[in-house]
Amino acid sequence: MRQKKMNLCSRILVVLTVVSMTVLTGCGGNETGASGSGDGNREKVELLNVSYDPTREFYAAYNQMFSEYWKEQSGQEISVTQSHGGSGSQARSVIEGNEADVVTLALAHDVTAIEEAGLIESGWIGEFDSNSAPYTSTIVFLVHKGNEKNIQDWNDLIKDGVEVITPNPKTSGGACWNFLAAWAYQQEQDGNDEDVTREFMKKLYQNVLVLDSGARGATNTFVENGQGDVLIAWENEAYLAMKEYPDQYEIITPSVSILAQPSVAVVDSNVDDHGTREAAEAYLEYLYSDEAQRLAGENYYRPSKETILQELSGQFDLDMNLVTIDDFGGWDEAYRVYFEDGAIFDQIYEE
Amino acid sequence: MEQQIVKVKNKRGVRVIPGFGLSFGVTLSMLSVLVLIPLASVFVSAGRLGLRGFVDVIASRQIVSGYIVSFSCAFAAALVNALFGMILAWVLVRYEFPGKRLMDGIIELPFALPTAVAGISLTYLYSDQGWIGSLFDKAGIKIAYTRIGITIAMVFVGIPFVVRTVQPVLAKLDRQYEEAAMMLGAGRARIFFKVILPELFPALIAGFGLAFARGIGEYGSVVFIAGNIPYKTQIAPLLIMAKLEQYKYEDATAIAFVLLLVSFVVMLIINSVQIYMQKFSRT
Amino acid sequence: MQDQVEHSYQHDIVGDDIHSIRKVIEPHRDDADHAIKYILIGIAAVFLLVMLIMPLTVVLINALRDGWQAYKEAVMDEYTVRALQLTLFATVCAVAVNTIFGVFASYLLSKFYFRGRQVLASLIDIPFSISPVIAGLIFILTFGNIGWMGDFLKAHDIKIVFAVPGVILATIFVTFPFVFRELFPVMNAQGKDEEEAAALMGAGGLMIFRRITFPHIKWALVYGVVLCTARAMGEFGAVSVISGHLRGKTNTLPLHVEILYNEFNTTAAFAVSSILVIMAVVILIIRSFIERKRKI
Repeated sequence: MRQKKMNLCSRILVVLTVVSMTVLTGCGGNETGASGSGDGNREKVELLNVSYDPTREFYAAYNQMFSEYWKEQSGQEISVTQSHGGSGSQARSVIEGNEADVVTLALAHDVTAIEEAGLIESGWIGEFDSNSAPYTSTIVFLVHKGNEKNIQDWNDLIKDGVEVITPNPKTSGGACWNFLAAWAYQQEQDGNDEDVTREFMKKLYQNVLVLDSGARGATNTFVENGQGDVLIAWENEAYLAMKEYPDQYEIITPSVSILAQPSVAVVDSNVDDHGTREAAEAYLEYLYSDEAQRLAGENYYRPSKETILQELSGQFDLDMNLVTIDDFGGWDEAYRVYFEDGAIFDQIYEE
Repeated sequence: MEQQIVKVKNKRGVRVIPGFGLSFGVTLSMLSVLVLIPLASVFVSAGRLGLRGFVDVIASRQIVSGYIVSFSCAFAAALVNALFGMILAWVLVRYEFPGKRLMDGIIELPFALPTAVAGISLTYLYSDQGWIGSLFDKAGIKIAYTRIGITIAMVFVGIPFVVRTVQPVLAKLDRQYEEAAMMLGAGRARIFFKVILPELFPALIAGFGLAFARGIGEYGSVVFIAGNIPYKTQIAPLLIMAKLEQYKYEDATAIAFVLLLVSFVVMLIINSVQIYMQKFSRT
Repeated sequence: MQDQVEHSYQHDIVGDDIHSIRKVIEPHRDDADHAIKYILIGIAAVFLLVMLIMPLTVVLINALRDGWQAYKEAVMDEYTVRALQLTLFATVCAVAVNTIFGVFASYLLSKFYFRGRQVLASLIDIPFSISPVIAGLIFILTFGNIGWMGDFLKAHDIKIVFAVPGVILATIFVTFPFVFRELFPVMNAQGKDEEEAAALMGAGGLMIFRRITFPHIKWALVYGVVLCTARAMGEFGAVSVISGHLRGKTNTLPLHVEILYNEFNTTAAFAVSSILVIMAVVILIIRSFIERKRKI
């Protein structure tokens, strides 16, 4: 009698386990069906654009624009799924199996990591104009309205009593640009004396009150929680913060800064699997069209096409002295020298 | 008790209560599929470093300081939680008062709130401009962006563990012992420490352990309230993220492995105590 | 929890007697008891106010900062609704799986002696102690492109990570021990004398569980399910690593909150978080309703 009941019980259980497993794998099956099958002649194409954080509004508008354009060009319906997150972790997700057709990330370094994993063919940086960076940005300061501490340039940030907010370059790819911009300024001041520059950087980071893990967190620390006197931020994010909190902040452009070039690339192995190469390439190519360039400008990115950029000279300070990543020997070199474990950034925090 | 079971077992050749095989099978297979097998990947990945590399990673100064921050704050938070969790559970079980139902109801809310939102809200409250932080700021105490802030975030995420582990046991507790003790003239403190606390102790330290373990691993809420300054307010999970950012999976899993080991040992001690106490109180 | 009802009839009489006797022999004691009662309630209330209620108030204030209209827009947004659906689905799966597991595991560990019980119990607790980031990562290291099962899954065209199954797995993982953790102390405290007696009298396994074990644990089970539900809804770290953030596909509510926040859409982010708070409150109201019903 007891034996019988136990059997019943265990049977129920086996059924339950099997059901839950099937549910799990069943979902898997569905998902694959949705993300890509068939060939180039489909009625409807789906693209996955893995991007970084504050590009959402831009790409939401751009996807609309592109799907109209593509419909006209090829007669195909296209729908683009967006994914946003920290640039580094987004790149990692693509390496780990997130089947992006295109990536539009904050740094070339992140795209290179995908290349090294064998998903993007080398030479991607020459694939599109301007080093595959359809829009750019730079590093600026955001200060409280009135600028009480009179912060005008990088050397004001190392004064006693000035509290600086910037994210941690080790967890936020975008923050690497902040570090490099400061570095570039001091190098120009002292004619490339590295020891002096290190000392300068050390003082700068001693003034850093909170080293947030991401750019958005740093902005929040500054605007919502009222910490610090100055936020070192990407220009487009500084504008977004100004838009959300009108009349409370102002943007200061330092004498020297860096040209931040967010990179775009087609993920070769995924588009070949999905049969979406044509659409993916067109998607990125169209970013350089006049309409898309203007749209980037509206979203506070600097268009990389010179003629459109000049149209926006009222919005952006075009007289800034901008160094580029090439002055640091390219991203991989820069990352190795400054941000790897035990490299310069770690050294200035030692002892 | 133990002996009795052995005797019964010997006589009939099986355990008295049915269902051992079934529950053993189910427990072990679900545990393996959902937890242990995926978890093995951590060991595999960390193992790629080799012993030498592993030690180099986990013994580097920055990582060690991360452990210290994580462990000490989680410990402090678990203590706070054990104390207040105990009071909360006591109040909820033993007393009747208006608003009790509401109080009982909100205990789980920290779980439902995404940790990042919790972190943002806590920072908002406890920064020197915030409602609570500004009060402490006048007394010269900074909360947000210090280790105190980290501890507060960990208290927030851990409190339901203590309350909800102690509460059911307290509710089930037979009051006759207390009343007997009272009749025999024992004082309140004496009754609490000699009669009630021993009964609750296993549940209380289980709650403590859970809150501690949760604190060690917590990332989402802590990063916002911690200043994340190296060697001062950088927690170990943040360093894991920093390693992942450099695509150093092996290093990241090595750091995680140590965290895991510590919490596993803590859990093991707690479970042993719990099981030992059960045996002890029933012989 | 108000468990007096479950005390035996006889016990209640004894209890009342003691109370009345106590009142006679020690009349002054009641005043002090009252003082302690209110002090403790006060401490509990202040703690909850500072640690729980105020952060939640911050969420609600920020959610309504731009007015009701903005709140409604954020909540009714297409992507919010899809994220909500996914969150609910993942939560239901997690609760179902973990309840089955919790019942069996706590039965096993509290009713039987065998070697390695402590180790087994500690293994079950592991998901609690794992940093959510790592919890997501282990599935990627197992099922992802770089994982050891990656090639096999790819060959069979099964997608787990960066798809819905991954989100569900991660949710199950982080809430895995919840039901067990609630049931185990209660079953443990109850001991196994009653089960043994029943078994010796010839009751079957299912019968013993239904008639003897279950009545003891049903309230702990309710707690466990509530905890598990709340935690599953709010899970962020692990899911964030494994979901790929595909808008409208693998975004859960907490992830959607983060994305909105990162887009400088603070109000919408808090509005969406408030949905989670409200959902949690609804669950808690349901629980309290069940409790009340049981009292009658």
